[in-house]
Amino acid sequence: MISQIFSLAFLAQTIRITVPYSLASLGGVYSERGGVVNIALEGIILNGAFCATVGTYYTGSPWFGLLCGIAGGLLVAAIHAVISIHVKADQIISGIALNLFAVGITKFVLELLFQSSSNSPRIAGLPYIKLGFIQNQPDVAHLLGNPLVLLTVLIVVASHFIIFKTRFGLRLRSVGENPEAADTVGINVTWYRYYGVLISGVLAGLAGAWLAFDQHSFTDGMSAGRGYIALAAMIVGKWNPLGAAAACLLFGFAESLQIQLQGGTLPTQFIQMIPYLATIIVLAGFIGKSVAPGADGIPYEKEK
Amino acid sequence: MPYAVELLNITKRFARTVANDNVTLRVQSGSIHALVGENGAGKTTLMETLYGLYQPDEGIIRIHEKEVSIRSPHDSIRHGIGMVHQHFMLVGPMTVLENIILGAETTRYSLLDLKRTTAEISELAGRFSLTVPLNEKVENIGVGIQQRVEILKAIYRRADILVLDEPTAVLTPQEAAQLFRILSELKEEGKTIVLITHKLSEVMAISDHVSVMRRGKIAGEVETSSTTPEQLAEMMVGRRILLRVEKTEKKAGDPVLSVSNLSCIDKRGVNVLNDVSLEVASGEILGIAGVEGNGQSQLVECITGLLRPTSGSVTIDGMQIAGLSPKGVFARGLAHVPEDRIKRGLVVEMDVAENLILGLHMQKEFGSRISMNRRAIAENARLLITKYDIRPMNPEALARGLSGGNQQKVIIARELSRNTQVIVASQPTRGVDIGGIEFIHRTLVQARDAGKAILMISADLNEILSLSDRIAVMYGGRIVKVFPDNNVKESELGLYMTGSKSSSAQRASDG
Ligand SMILES: Nc1ncnc2c1ncn2[C@@H]1O[C@H](COP(=O)(O)OP(=O)(O)OP(=O)(O)O)[C@@H](O)[C@H]1O
Ligand SMILES: [Mg+2]
Repeated sequence: MISQIFSLAFLAQTIRITVPYSLASLGGVYSERGGVVNIALEGIILNGAFCATVGTYYTGSPWFGLLCGIAGGLLVAAIHAVISIHVKADQIISGIALNLFAVGITKFVLELLFQSSSNSPRIAGLPYIKLGFIQNQPDVAHLLGNPLVLLTVLIVVASHFIIFKTRFGLRLRSVGENPEAADTVGINVTWYRYYGVLISGVLAGLAGAWLAFDQHSFTDGMSAGRGYIALAAMIVGKWNPLGAAAACLLFGFAESLQIQLQGGTLPTQFIQMIPYLATIIVLAGFIGKSVAPGADGIPYEKEK
Repeated sequence: MPYAVELLNITKRFARTVANDNVTLRVQSGSIHALVGENGAGKTTLMETLYGLYQPDEGIIRIHEKEVSIRSPHDSIRHGIGMVHQHFMLVGPMTVLENIILGAETTRYSLLDLKRTTAEISELAGRFSLTVPLNEKVENIGVGIQQRVEILKAIYRRADILVLDEPTAVLTPQEAAQLFRILSELKEEGKTIVLITHKLSEVMAISDHVSVMRRGKIAGEVETSSTTPEQLAEMMVGRRILLRVEKTEKKAGDPVLSVSNLSCIDKRGVNVLNDVSLEVASGEILGIAGVEGNGQSQLVECITGLLRPTSGSVTIDGMQIAGLSPKGVFARGLAHVPEDRIKRGLVVEMDVAENLILGLHMQKEFGSRISMNRRAIAENARLLITKYDIRPMNPEALARGLSGGNQQKVIIARELSRNTQVIVASQPTRGVDIGGIEFIHRTLVQARDAGKAILMISADLNEILSLSDRIAVMYGGRIVKVFPDNNVKESELGLYMTGSKSSSAQRASDG
């Protein structure tokens, strides 16, 4: 049974779940390291998925669809940024409002374009890179050969360097920890906060596009709480790119284990608890204190 | 001589106060210009306006004889202005190195070039004798070292015009002397320096010109060589001021606060306190001198319940308090003036009246479990604001908006009015103006004469020498010397403070 569970298919399943979590979670890292709480991730994912679907459907090009997905994510993020940074409104409320808004608007346009309130027509997926060694399992091969998988790994590693080793990252962190101090050394707090939120739009938009391509369509409310899970992973990962990605991998693993075990001998209620149990155990047992950036969620007032 | 900085007719208003009222200040290029004045006179506001943190409501700024528009620090930095802020502008969770380079980073292949920067900064730190732990997080280092970081930060940027806002408030005399050597050196290189300070001896020692501010206006400008500290003090306050403390012989009673064999090992495994024993009797002030970072902070934290000692005991009137929570210690009658007023002494987002009852909020007179007695709180505030001369005289002003010295007075007022047996005061007059120092010193001496046991920690040797009845010197987490009175020479103290001399068998309780 063990070998059956931990098969190549299982690995593929884990990756399939982990990729969008990681992208969105990294988005959260950029936004919150810059000091803007971004629970709008959920809405960004949803809108990203929707725009990716529409773009692919009308042009027939998944690559163009991918760009549309990014643009869709950016749009929601930009609104969140303006509300949070410029208007200095409450960032949680802005996020919730945008999430609700994304549900409504995608459904509305879905109905308008495709006369269906539940799902879009089928779209093509991204082309995949042919991997010679697993031709006997086409599903797995398609997944592992998906350029977005590779891209995600690259983004995770690159983000670690960007956040901790570059000038941009140093400044972004300073703006999220102590904007006043950043201001006094001539850093433009507003710009850097915009950068952080907009990057989160790109990444969570990509996460949305992944969902759409993976499912070959858009369905109503398909983000299904992934934005929130991504935020949880970001916290478990202590606002570090590598930590967040590791937490996402753990969540992905637990979830695919749950899927795999369903229909077996264990009661389903118990099985469905697995991802949450895993989260609680990891949070309580291994992670220790996770401290948010000092000015996370607090608008910067220049002349206090 | 041409002017490097000209602030012309600057007016800056905050909601209810006019912080700068038509102020004109000209600073000659290549000179050191001191800016003095009482707490709340508007010195910081004026300099932060120059630095672009505030926009003046009226007035113009000229740099090197050209009118400029400074909308943010970004602009002022571009004009070659650097500033060491009164309230440190450091990012706690980042390292010292990261803080120093922030905003002026060197990169290599688009990554931060930490290797080269480390070398550069080490060289700079060595040249100016400003040793700092480059890879330590700023939140883990004491204020004295944070001050050095701020100075290094400014020097690293190679500012052409350097503004220092009370840079010596937390430095020892040796460190301050070192800083002044640095400033002289920078002046030789042709830089222009504006120095805000409350210490008139510093003004006399290093500046070329002095401007005195009073209540938002310039009260006068003189050449340093043609003035005296007394004259400056009078210009600042508008009355004659006693520049030394008047006190009578102590009438010490029984020991009240007693610390024995206190040791503490911190999170990193460093032995920060090493078998410290001391006793403070009622009616005396025991002053603890020492270079910042030699265990004084930890000693205070162990006594006040903020830190748990590894071994040893602390008693008040024979009652054990070591290991109690701060609340427990508080209840046993210990007043504490903390060294870091923003972090420990105040809740800056609350108003003055509320800050004046912090910790007393559970007392019957100020409220029940459910509601607060607003009237009693306001009455208490009115009383203390008048008695301790806190400005502005508005109980509803947010603590955040108070000048540094007035924030300090709020804490002093709250703690001294609690009427406890024991008072632990860390840096009680840090950043306080001469009028305020005179007042706080007098209040402390009165408390001593009323039979309180006072433990005072100060990096200011003048303060230690003029206020203490006995003096203990800390070095490396130990008490290395106790003087039975205050007939000690500064240089003698200095030798013990830097570890050049010691007699560690001595205990502060021997006195
Ligand atoms: N951000 C602010 N909001 C409201 N009032 C302020 C603010 N900053 C300063 N003030 C007020 O402006 C006046 C001048 O303050 P400032 O800090 O410039 O004084 P200072 O001369 O630097 O005093 P100190 O020696 O105590 O540092 C004070 O009355 C102060 O309460
Ligand atoms: Mg000031």
